[in-house]
Amino acid sequence: MQPDTKIEVKNLNLFIGKQHILKNVNVSIPSNKITVIMGPSGCGKTTLLKSLNRLTDLYPEMKVTGMILIDGEDVFHPIEDITLIRQKMGLLSQRPYPLPMNIQKNVAYGLRISGRKRHRGIEKRVERYLKMVGLWDEVKDRLKDPASDLSIGQQQRLCLARGLAVDPQIILADEPTSALDPLSSQIIEQKFMELKDHYTIVVVTHILRQAKRIADNIIFMYLGEVIEQGPAEEVLNNPKEEKTKAYLKGGLY
Amino acid sequence: MKRQTLIKAEEIFFRVIMFMSSMIIAATLFLIIFSIFYKGLPSLSWDMVSQTPKGGFYFGKEGGILNAIVGSIYLAGGSTLLALVIGLPLALFINIHLVSKKKLVNAIRFFLDLLWGIPSIVYGAFGFTLMIYLGLKTSLLAGIITVTLFILPIMVRAMDEVIKTIPIGLLEASYSLGSTKSETAYRIFFKQTIPGMVTAILLSFGRAIGDAASVLFTTGYTDHMPTSLTQPTATLPLAIFFQLSVPIKEVQNRAYASAAILVFIILIISILSRIFARKFQKNQIK
Repeated sequence: MQPDTKIEVKNLNLFIGKQHILKNVNVSIPSNKITVIMGPSGCGKTTLLKSLNRLTDLYPEMKVTGMILIDGEDVFHPIEDITLIRQKMGLLSQRPYPLPMNIQKNVAYGLRISGRKRHRGIEKRVERYLKMVGLWDEVKDRLKDPASDLSIGQQQRLCLARGLAVDPQIILADEPTSALDPLSSQIIEQKFMELKDHYTIVVVTHILRQAKRIADNIIFMYLGEVIEQGPAEEVLNNPKEEKTKAYLKGGLY
Repeated sequence: MKRQTLIKAEEIFFRVIMFMSSMIIAATLFLIIFSIFYKGLPSLSWDMVSQTPKGGFYFGKEGGILNAIVGSIYLAGGSTLLALVIGLPLALFINIHLVSKKKLVNAIRFFLDLLWGIPSIVYGAFGFTLMIYLGLKTSLLAGIITVTLFILPIMVRAMDEVIKTIPIGLLEASYSLGSTKSETAYRIFFKQTIPGMVTAILLSFGRAIGDAASVLFTTGYTDHMPTSLTQPTATLPLAIFFQLSVPIKEVQNRAYASAAILVFIILIISILSRIFARKFQKNQIK
């Protein structure tokens, strides 16, 4: 493992019944960069992302073999509790799922989970994370309102703030802008660019332009296989594989 | 016939059916309440709700059914509380800890549905056997245990149906924050489903306070106020039953008055819990 590799996936195979969803996936994801997993719908991008923090546990029909190493520790056979490994990773899903509480408590939940909820100064900490995602000015007068009152775009940023409050090292994002309007999408992308200095970010997207805008590193998947991976300029401008070329031209679905 | 007319006829046909079904339900509810209050209200007096039966009460003499009112509230309250303590963890457990064991969960649901379907008189008989085995006499405690067993499947399945409606995305969100299963259950799922939980508790309370067959052998009946868990205790359904079976018009009318009191208690509890549930509804994630 190279020193700057944060996540290393080795020979990962995933089956649902007889269907082979992920086929011998080997990728390495560098730290403090934005890695974009792209590819057409149904190619296994989301499944790969969810394997990283073992949300695959929720789906009994999924059978997984192989290894996923995060800082050298196998997610599937952790030395520590899986909940501790999950705390290293924040997840943004396609649709935001705020918790059924008010705005402030949503962020405070993240603080509490990471064991940093001391009563004193909790407001300050909540404020800090809401500022980090650019939501503070919009919600500072209604912190006690239910999170479900926010717009979808605001909810997605609240989920990001809540995830950051857990103090993760990695941010996993599964098509985080697919339910958002263009402006909210732009804000999320911009936040990712700001956050990458301190976090390792993995974004799943099927939007090629988004990949071009934000990616430092690209993993291109097709039908459950990793076709090509590497630095963004190389993959986008100088693809080696035929399938990547076809996809970039818009001819592969 | 033209397709257009056919579609229109179909539309009208189903609308009429739906309208009539709604009317039947509404009319039934209205008639029940109307007949109970029509027959019962004239006999309803302050004595009815503030006195215990005096000598000759069942022949039309003085007294009231305070013993049964208090007894019913103790019994239904106690068993609902006990069922909640057992039922809530079970409902959360099968939906969170067992989420990846579909077959087991389906088996549990099937057995709960079977239990739901068992008539309350069978629970009464079972409770009676259990009592003898445990060396209990007919008492409030025996009644609470029996009624708890009887309403438990109802409560768990009602809660289960509510929890099932939670999107898996919320479960993923909770896990990816690093919550444990118990934190997910009690801090997130429970909060999300409070209004539905209240309905489940209410449904169980209604069944507990209204059932006569399960308490007949287990709780017994007495004209005295309930003072301890080990004493026989009067309940409203049995008070109605005993008064209604007396061939004296006055006493029978008092049975209707007792029914009116029972309906009134259920109404009050319903309204209170709706108000309570609404307070929590605002935080729900749609």
